[in-house]
Amino acid sequence: MSSAVAPATVPAQVPVQGGRSSLTRSRIRAAWVFIAPTLIVLALIAGWPLARTIWFSFTDANLNNLTDYEFIGFENYIANYDGEWLGLLTDPDWWRSVWNTVWFTTISVSIETVLGTIVALILNASFPGRGLMRAVILIPWAIPTVVSAKMWNWMLHDQFGVINDMLLRLGLIAAPITWTANPDTALWTVIMVDVWKTTPFMALLILAALQMLPGDIYEAAKVDGVHPVKVFFRVTLPLIKPALIVAVIFRGLDALRVFDLIYVLTANSRDTASMSVYARQQLVDFQEVGLGSAASTLIFLIIALLIVITMAAGRVRLSGDPR
Amino acid sequence: MADLVLKNVRKSFGRAHVIHGVDLDIKDGEFIVFVGPSGCGKSTLLRLIAGLEDISSGDLFIGGERVNDLAPAKRGIAMVFQSYALYPHMSVYANMAFGLELAKSSKADIDSKVREAARMLQIENLLDRKPRQLSGGQRQRVAIGRAIVRDPKVFLFDEPLSNLDAALRVQTRIEIAKLHNDTGATMIYVTHDQVEAMTLADRIVVLNAGRIEQVGTPLELYHRPANLFVAGFLGSPQMNFIECVVSHVGAEGVQVQLPNASMLTAPVSSQGVRVGETVTLGIRPDHVKVSPQGSLTGRIELVEELGENHLLYVDFGKGRHLTVREPGDAHHQAGQEVALSLAPEFCHLFRETGEALPFLSESKAPAPSSPDMSSRAA
Amino acid sequence: MKILTRIGFWLLVAAIGLFSIFPFYYAVMSSFRSGADLFKVAYWPERLDFSNYVAVFERQPFGTNIFNSVVVAGSVVALSLALGITAAYAFGRIRFKGRSLLLMTILAVSMFPQVAVLSGMFELIRSFGLYNTLPGLILANLMLTLPFTVWVLTTFMRELPKEIEEAAFVDGATPWIVVRRVFLPLMMPAAVTTGLLAFIVSWNEFLFALTFTLTNEQRTVPPAIALMSGSTAYELPWGTIMAASVIVTLPIIALVLIFQRKIVAGLTAGAVKG
Ligand SMILES: Nc1ncnc2c1ncn2[C@@H]1O[C@H](COP(=O)(O)OP(=O)(O)O)[C@@H](O)[C@H]1O
Ligand SMILES: [Mg+2]
Repeated sequence: MSSAVAPATVPAQVPVQGGRSSLTRSRIRAAWVFIAPTLIVLALIAGWPLARTIWFSFTDANLNNLTDYEFIGFENYIANYDGEWLGLLTDPDWWRSVWNTVWFTTISVSIETVLGTIVALILNASFPGRGLMRAVILIPWAIPTVVSAKMWNWMLHDQFGVINDMLLRLGLIAAPITWTANPDTALWTVIMVDVWKTTPFMALLILAALQMLPGDIYEAAKVDGVHPVKVFFRVTLPLIKPALIVAVIFRGLDALRVFDLIYVLTANSRDTASMSVYARQQLVDFQEVGLGSAASTLIFLIIALLIVITMAAGRVRLSGDPR
Repeated sequence: MADLVLKNVRKSFGRAHVIHGVDLDIKDGEFIVFVGPSGCGKSTLLRLIAGLEDISSGDLFIGGERVNDLAPAKRGIAMVFQSYALYPHMSVYANMAFGLELAKSSKADIDSKVREAARMLQIENLLDRKPRQLSGGQRQRVAIGRAIVRDPKVFLFDEPLSNLDAALRVQTRIEIAKLHNDTGATMIYVTHDQVEAMTLADRIVVLNAGRIEQVGTPLELYHRPANLFVAGFLGSPQMNFIECVVSHVGAEGVQVQLPNASMLTAPVSSQGVRVGETVTLGIRPDHVKVSPQGSLTGRIELVEELGENHLLYVDFGKGRHLTVREPGDAHHQAGQEVALSLAPEFCHLFRETGEALPFLSESKAPAPSSPDMSSRAA
Repeated sequence: MKILTRIGFWLLVAAIGLFSIFPFYYAVMSSFRSGADLFKVAYWPERLDFSNYVAVFERQPFGTNIFNSVVVAGSVVALSLALGITAAYAFGRIRFKGRSLLLMTILAVSMFPQVAVLSGMFELIRSFGLYNTLPGLILANLMLTLPFTVWVLTTFMRELPKEIEEAAFVDGATPWIVVRRVFLPLMMPAAVTTGLLAFIVSWNEFLFALTFTLTNEQRTVPPAIALMSGSTAYELPWGTIMAASVIVTLPIIALVLIFQRKIVAGLTAGAVKG
């Protein structure tokens, strides 16, 4: 029907007389009625608390008494008292937690992407027991994070842990390692447990993308005698790249707000504290609602910025055609 | 009364204009068929009538009332969809009863209507089944049954038979014709199958690219196509088209020069036609004969035997072809040279705009029957 | 060469399988050992000692914790689905102004860091008098499940044939009737998938549960396990913790094994469509 599209020289298209039938009108009305409850609930439990958190970050509120506080401007973020700089942005612990989070996110998502791709490729091959394997790799994902952290805590126990026992038996280490307490190994331990827990999720997303690829490309490559590794890098990888990017973004945004795993695995240790752990510590343990909210607000801004960039980059198509 | 009037109805989806000003009068009780190539807007036009799409501009009247703004359920229509669109989770009975239930009919009333429709369609024994337990033909009947129980003034069908196999298609077609006779309701039927169009319609509406090309009874359209598009669209095998030049115009018709220089006078109005103008001569395969006195000679490329008749594909030079249909078995082979004669009284002439020159007198060609609805029984 | 590839492939499969289930296997093993046994590493079960399982219910209100988790997760699933299905119909099948923007906002909420609403949510829950109650947790958890429920159901809703909806309109159905009588039954498989995901999210939720409850009787399972302490402050009751872990993980593993396909469909419907 390309001929029906008016050429540029025609000044106006056929006037649309706003002719909406009562069906269309009633459906549009229904649409708003149908989404209203969801919007109201989300405004109440997401929008309002977020706004309050941001507001608290400009006050000296205390958890003991949330009704009695004063507006103190940016002092929670940065303030100068008698020539001495104070506030969140001057707190080395905060910056430590930012660094921990970024490091954790970068390393664990990278490893998960590579391992996830390998696992997905394996699950995409047909072999007996494939369905069972697919269910088995879902287990780490489904186990509550707190539980997995406890399990690993036990396995990584410095005296009675099975990991140290195995490594000692294999002669890989000479003395037991205090995995979660040692600053050198703590963050790596956290990363390893996260990889264990989240690789399945990555693998399944990538597997879904792999399964949408047309089979005849591979046939063609096989006929041409191309080496499988080359096929992967030349054919498969470019084709699943969009899905891979989406998966990495989702995982990355998820990793940036990590809390449970680190909190349970290494308690409130400074060496591993993530931004979320830091914020909650200020908020609950130290009762500093103002400072904690300032940290929360910064986390929100960082993640919001990344979301906006992602969405603007148009990687995630958000509105399909309702037919 | 359920006559339909469409006045300059247009439809666009965003910037894509799909229906370009359709004017149409449909009489009460008439069986109207929309035909046209795929994507020409048949379904869209039907959905505009049903109220499933908004009319962008123009007016639609059903039974004298302007219904542009009326919800589908209030228009007195029922629709049978190509995919049947049965509710998969409801039994056949519940599928048919759903509309009545929503209209708050009494239980007894619903029951009698559903059973009556089921009896008509011979699906009484299927009432407890779910759609997935039915064959394609049975689903089709349920879809029709769901339309019947609404007791609509206008039935709308969107290619209802296209998912059925050939035998079932003929059978269901006959039943739809019977349904029309029994109910006397107005029916609008969309198809791209010209056999369905020819056999079912009181009047056919030929659509092309969102415009009406011609409206008329099946025979009017077949014998007196108003333009090249309709001439080419109806009839199988397709009408033969030959480019010629007008050599003489007179009261007896228009004389054209065929590619091999022979002359032929078609009994059509010469009004406004100039000598030297290029026109397209159209003639159906049935009206081309192999005869020793034939003026066009060519070589047979292919013979197709169909039993009751046969087709010859004749190449008469420069890649131009004619299809010939003759009764009985073929007594020619591919490769043979033959002479063909064209019956002048069956020759249509189309000007370069595609528009047909009107025939001079109706007596020379088989007259199309008058559009008398009552004479058309199933 | 072919054989070597095969062996390598199977070794890889075995490694992935082992890596996936070993921690859980080891937790089960440990949960059946107590006393001094527990502190000797063992790879195979020797005998079944149920004392940890007894202890977990005797020394803690663990039964109550499980009940709390079930109530919270169940309510969150029910509320999310009820709100989500109607919203998904609107988002998935009706064209209206602001649709994409709203949908995008909802998706953005699902990526919110939980901690960003923590102080505001704390104040909200307190002001409703819901601190240290299950309804407070239900409300908070909705923030986690509702956005993706709407999102996943919307992608499923788009797949349903449009002609069925139109047939219902011709039959005189209102949009509400279409949702309730026609789409709700057809959306059941999708609702099961989404409900499972919401259940798992809520069952596993920790930060809100930790922050908005005070007493052990109001805790759900994750904070209860995280905060389990032994007779002395220095040594954790590992046997009991492992027993508790096994108890709460088994139903989830059962769900995953039974509904593997549905869960994968739900996870990928939300994510890979882009
Ligand atoms: N909802 C829609 N949005 C945009 N274009 C549409 C829509 N429905 C139909 N069209 C377009 O309108 C034209 C006519 O479609 P349709 O009426 O279905 O054709 P037909 O039934 O004759 O095959 C097609 O080009 C189709 O792509
Ligand atoms: Mg169509």
